[in-house]
Amino acid sequence: MEFLDYFSNVFTVYHIALLVGGTFAGIILGALPGLSPTMSVALLIPFTFHMKPESGLILLGAMYTATVAGGAISAILVNVPGAPANIATAMDGHQMAKKGLSREALHYCFMSSFVGGIFGVFILIFFTPPLARLSLEFGTTELFWIAILGITIIATIDSKSVVKGLLSGLFGLMLATIGDNPVLGVERFVFTDHLEGGVNIVVGLIGLFAMPQVLNLMEKYYSEKHPVLSTEGHSSLMQSFRFVFGKVKALSIGSFIGSLVGIIPGAGGQIAGLVAYDQTKKVSKNQSNYGKGEPEGIIAAESANNSMVGPSLIPLLTLSIPGSPTAAVLLGGLLIHGIFPGHEIFVSENTAPVVWTFIDSLILAQIFMLIIGLFLSRHSGWIMKVPDNYMAVSILVLAVFGTYSIGNSYSDVLIMVVLGTIMFFASKAGFSAVPVVLGIILGPIAENNFLLGKLIGGARYGDDWMIYFTTGTINVTLIVICIASITYGLYSNRKSKRST
Amino acid sequence: MKLMKITKIALLALTSLMFMHAQADYPDKPIGVMVAYGPGGATDFQARIATLASGKEALIGQPIYILNKPGAGGRTGWNWFASEAPKDGSMLAAYNVPHFIAQSIVFDTAYNINTLEPLGNWGADPAVLIVGKDSPFNTVADLLAHADANPGAVTISGAGKFVGHHIAFLQFAKASGRDLTYIPAKGGVDALRLVKAGEVSAGFNNLSDSARSAADLKILAVADLTRHAYLPDVPTLMESGVDVDDSSVNFRGLMVPAGTPQDVIDFLASKTPDMFNDKKTQGKMKSTNSPARVMTRDEVIAMWNERQAYLTDLLAGLQ
Repeated sequence: MEFLDYFSNVFTVYHIALLVGGTFAGIILGALPGLSPTMSVALLIPFTFHMKPESGLILLGAMYTATVAGGAISAILVNVPGAPANIATAMDGHQMAKKGLSREALHYCFMSSFVGGIFGVFILIFFTPPLARLSLEFGTTELFWIAILGITIIATIDSKSVVKGLLSGLFGLMLATIGDNPVLGVERFVFTDHLEGGVNIVVGLIGLFAMPQVLNLMEKYYSEKHPVLSTEGHSSLMQSFRFVFGKVKALSIGSFIGSLVGIIPGAGGQIAGLVAYDQTKKVSKNQSNYGKGEPEGIIAAESANNSMVGPSLIPLLTLSIPGSPTAAVLLGGLLIHGIFPGHEIFVSENTAPVVWTFIDSLILAQIFMLIIGLFLSRHSGWIMKVPDNYMAVSILVLAVFGTYSIGNSYSDVLIMVVLGTIMFFASKAGFSAVPVVLGIILGPIAENNFLLGKLIGGARYGDDWMIYFTTGTINVTLIVICIASITYGLYSNRKSKRST
Repeated sequence: MKLMKITKIALLALTSLMFMHAQADYPDKPIGVMVAYGPGGATDFQARIATLASGKEALIGQPIYILNKPGAGGRTGWNWFASEAPKDGSMLAAYNVPHFIAQSIVFDTAYNINTLEPLGNWGADPAVLIVGKDSPFNTVADLLAHADANPGAVTISGAGKFVGHHIAFLQFAKASGRDLTYIPAKGGVDALRLVKAGEVSAGFNNLSDSARSAADLKILAVADLTRHAYLPDVPTLMESGVDVDDSSVNFRGLMVPAGTPQDVIDFLASKTPDMFNDKKTQGKMKSTNSPARVMTRDEVIAMWNERQAYLTDLLAGLQ
């Protein structure tokens, strides 16, 4: 019970102030497109230079926790996920907001984030040694199959038509091939210098979600007289609380999948949220309501992406292997404070106080995230009442600013605008942005791990390199899950066709 | 008349202002340093540490801020720097050798050693040859013996292509004359994971990162001319009987684009080594396990030229 010994270190005025400030700022930053958790933590690291290690890490941990949850605010209110982790949240969250239930949606979001987050931190506290070993088992081929599993979802995730879903996914996969390929060491499809850096995931995310939203709002403003939004929901905190905690199935699927994805190196919140959403949908009784404002969708996605936070630190702290892109940046934060990951980090006299104080502070960060998030939810109505023209301009400014800040590059802004315009017209034809983003996220994971696995397999087995992909317990399990996912997708598609 | 007079005075004032601006003591505002990798990475945080002292009057006298332009293994940022960055000393950049030199040979880039002017070097991180903790190999000879018995089956990971690790691999394969397979991972951390998980037989990785992970790894050799202070017991590759020099050592330092006024270059070049040698900066480099090696502009020019010649030869076989 070492974690209890250091709890008192967190309760200094300075540390509590850092936690409250970091959490509040994190929720706001997370809600801005472009300032994803990874970006926010990266930008904050230099500011922790002159702090004591535990203080710096407490601030970074609070930021990590809060930005993941904050990204849901913009996903729900304006259908622009703040980060890739919140894509699944937008699908049902924004539908709820459109029905005037934005406050409820935010309540569900922060409460399920809290449940998932606390679950994840306790996994980190109690199960680090065995899970660190497990995380090393997820290698090149395992990651390839995980990416394939993600791709099996593409067709059905947010489209009425399987064909359109597949086409959108294919478009995303093709976008992902643009630019430098690290394994082959060549540039592909770089027709202009603007494309040299490829399509960054967050640039794609902003382009595919924010730009069409801007154009939609403008179109709405000029065509019809904007309908006054239906009245705000009236659920009290207590009612929301009871509702969320009644959804045991969604919460447990979300927290479990999120934690598992967190442990896997190279997979992050974006995969956690989408896989949890998809799995919860498959076992849900309200399946037909998904994508139309089903609260379970929000609960599954948000509990998953926040429960990913704690476990993503397991391989980071023990093996110096980050469990998520944000954890990869956090590694730099650890190193500049002279905290070098390793198994002894939890027991060594020099590092144990810092590390345990940091982990304890994550529990408090979850609590502050809940309180501040629920407080902000009370005022969500303000944003929903902003007239369309002002809203369009605000999103546009944030989208351009956020895109530019990712790589300080105008090329990214250009890519964002072009993609967004294409998506605006494609959405009129019934295409959805979600499969495209999934393609951009999963394409490189699938391709690079396939190429690496083929190289390693080739060195081991010669022409029979496929053996490398099809042996090992985890590989076989993942293949079975992939097959099940495809079969299920085909089956449910047929069933729904028959019923209509 | 009056209007003419006012215009004249205004013009005079304006020209004198412009003249003053040109003459004004450089630097008169904070200076940027473009880092071609994302925030939080080793180059990024070392650049921040190395430039901490720039604000001191005796040094550059202006604070330095970092501008990250990541993409395409550094090519996005360096291309921008060589072609579009202001050439007045207001924007510097961090270089990584041999990365940028190797890229300028292999790819069609706007940058090469002729379009860039070095100012000084702050760090040198050699590549080390590592195997997993449970690996049967304990020396370079063990690894090579295995390669003899199983041609092509020995896999060695590194952080992508045309970076220090890849150069070290190419030299190692050439000098040892063995048939080895290079596994280019997505970055240094990922390359390290492949070794720790036992997916590859061995890996070339940063000395700093490997030394930190000593509990999970065995470090067989250093790809440098001498042993390193962080790892006094680890032999060099030469000592292990493989003729590999220091061409893969990852040098980091500052540069400006060619075309920057000579007096600005001279001023910055005279100050940067002292800035890197600042006591607090060196302390921070040490506490973060970042291997420092301060070099002057002239030393860096010599090093760049040497690498250019050597890498052109080495990479010619690959084209």
